[in-house]
Amino acid sequence: MTLISQISFVLVAAFFGFFLARRIKNIRANIQLGRSENRNDNPDKRLKNMFLVAFGQKKMFKRLIPALLHLLIYVGFLVINLEVLEFILDGLLGTHRLFAPFLGGFYTFCLNLFEFMALGVVISCVVFLARRNLLKLSRFWDAEMTSWPRLDGNLILIIEIVLMAAIFTMNSTDQILQERGAGYTTTGTFIISAQLMPLFESLSTQALVMVERFAWWIHIIGILAFALYVTYSKHLHIFMAFPNTYFANLEAPGKMVNMPEVTKEVNIMMGLQAEEGSAEPPPTRFGAKDVQDLTWYNIMNAYACTECGRCTSECPAHLTGKKLSPRKIMMDVRDRVEEIGQTGEQNGKSLLGDYISKEEIFACTSCNACVEACPVNIDPLNIILQLRRYTAMEESSSPADWNNMFSNIETNFAPWKFPAADRFNWSKKS
Amino acid sequence: MSANNNVPTMAELAAAGEKPNILFWVGCAGSYDQRYQKVTQALVEILNHLDISFAVLGPEESCTGDPARRAGNEFLFQMQAAANIQLLNGYQVETIVTACPHCFNTLKNEYPELGGDYEVIHHSVFLQRLIDEGRLVIKEGGSFKGRKITFHDSCYLGRANGIYQAPRKVLETLDAELVEMKRCRTTGLCCGAGGAQMFKEPEKGNKDINNERVDEAIDTGAEIVAAACPFCMTMLSDGVKGKGKEEEVKVLDLAELIAQNKG
Repeated sequence: MTLISQISFVLVAAFFGFFLARRIKNIRANIQLGRSENRNDNPDKRLKNMFLVAFGQKKMFKRLIPALLHLLIYVGFLVINLEVLEFILDGLLGTHRLFAPFLGGFYTFCLNLFEFMALGVVISCVVFLARRNLLKLSRFWDAEMTSWPRLDGNLILIIEIVLMAAIFTMNSTDQILQERGAGYTTTGTFIISAQLMPLFESLSTQALVMVERFAWWIHIIGILAFALYVTYSKHLHIFMAFPNTYFANLEAPGKMVNMPEVTKEVNIMMGLQAEEGSAEPPPTRFGAKDVQDLTWYNIMNAYACTECGRCTSECPAHLTGKKLSPRKIMMDVRDRVEEIGQTGEQNGKSLLGDYISKEEIFACTSCNACVEACPVNIDPLNIILQLRRYTAMEESSSPADWNNMFSNIETNFAPWKFPAADRFNWSKKS
Repeated sequence: MSANNNVPTMAELAAAGEKPNILFWVGCAGSYDQRYQKVTQALVEILNHLDISFAVLGPEESCTGDPARRAGNEFLFQMQAAANIQLLNGYQVETIVTACPHCFNTLKNEYPELGGDYEVIHHSVFLQRLIDEGRLVIKEGGSFKGRKITFHDSCYLGRANGIYQAPRKVLETLDAELVEMKRCRTTGLCCGAGGAQMFKEPEKGNKDINNERVDEAIDTGAEIVAAACPFCMTMLSDGVKGKGKEEEVKVLDLAELIAQNKG
């Protein structure tokens, strides 16, 4: 019997491990579809950022209540997963609560701690479900929050509740079985799950063993399935938040990324640099039309986005009814890169045009509110500005007002139509 | 021309073999926009009042290229930048003061990579330093004593460059009652003009951004909305006018407030 269970465990773990590894490889390849960009400078600063923003959740605390609820789930996730180590060893070795005899009272303490954490997770998840579905917080119901993103958000919360319920069921029935002398390892009392014992006491010992084993399997399969599901879900932020904050922009947010290829052309045009046989091939495109024109970090941003909508809720364009939503920009980048990754071809579509419209990118005031709001340092503005470069330099499809502004700068050296000779007239006014 | 609005140009000084300590970068709005010309003049008045050695580029000045770059026209930006950097380096400029956060951001953050490395100071920080050093003294019981002032954070000063304290410290010297809008500092709401929006009609929506911001400013009960950016100045002034509140609520720049109250 134990052998069958051990073999089943190995098979289940191998099944999920295989698909998980394949999926991680896919995501890696998708991120690498982006242009290369060196973000390995200043490792100390980067580590500090990651520690404060991802690990320490510094930016979450701009909104206290969701930050505290989120912290409960986050700490719960980190701590309770220590127990998974025991699960895996038990599964492989065919043992039951392998650590209990070694750790004694400390084991009881740990398991009680885990149960308190699990209760915190359940409470937070219930409140979060209520915020999404009963209070209907507007940022969870914006236009880009179509049925799949809404379902995804709810599924994650429900799965977490089910996983925690499995822990409580398992611990509760385990304690009854210990009392009945059914050969279960003594663990001491688990305070929270002990409250649930009356629910199961009427069951026969055999039925209890079934329930206990069932809960054990649900929890471990649940965790493995969850890990796989997360890679398809917006919930991937639990992993991606770390590299994303590590590689985040370290310069002043107001600084736009330079285009050295343009600098070179301008210098040649102005006679500041001699034309030479170029060592590197000219860029295929100025600005970004599709995800391959973005950098790998832009694409990593898209995988780190958990669609919380804080960016959009602070975006001045969105707040005044314009079509732009920074969250949608990130969701579109991810959807597009997934599409290319899955079909392996271009299919004639592109990010700009088929996913993101010009109306959206032209509405941006580059105010950096979205960048500031993001709890994991995603930079939607960087992407918007690259798309604008494509419209201006490749398509000449900027709004007419901007084209006028360009020609004013070219002819009058000011964005307005005033003669350059009048520039200093202000000094003659009293 | 009184001594207080004497404006030397770099070319004049160079011809006389002199070099000023500071280049005052006026910017296109400070040069052409009738409202912002007053801010330029206020800053000149302060500079002359304190006998600070400065000059402007005058007719030689040219757009930094900021709006072109934000609108996506990198070529035009880089043409402007290259020409400006040639000019600035030719005059061996070391320190630049400007009253425009957009010029400030571009000169400070974007020109170094293209060969233009200067110490660039926004006028809010410049004024704050002068006050801290005791050089710029504010009249006791000036005209703003006890009056409610709210400060509107310019995105290119605040979030873009982390400057939140300097303008507030400058305002504190006025002995006024400083009140904050609900969205301020890191969560300050844009006036609607950044990212080259100043130069085009807004996209379709249900409200103009400057009106949203002005509603918030008026809600504070402040008589004065202090700004430190030419585009914010235009947007907020238009918003206040649109509400028919231009008599009760004045939009003024830091330099104007200080110039009126210097001791």
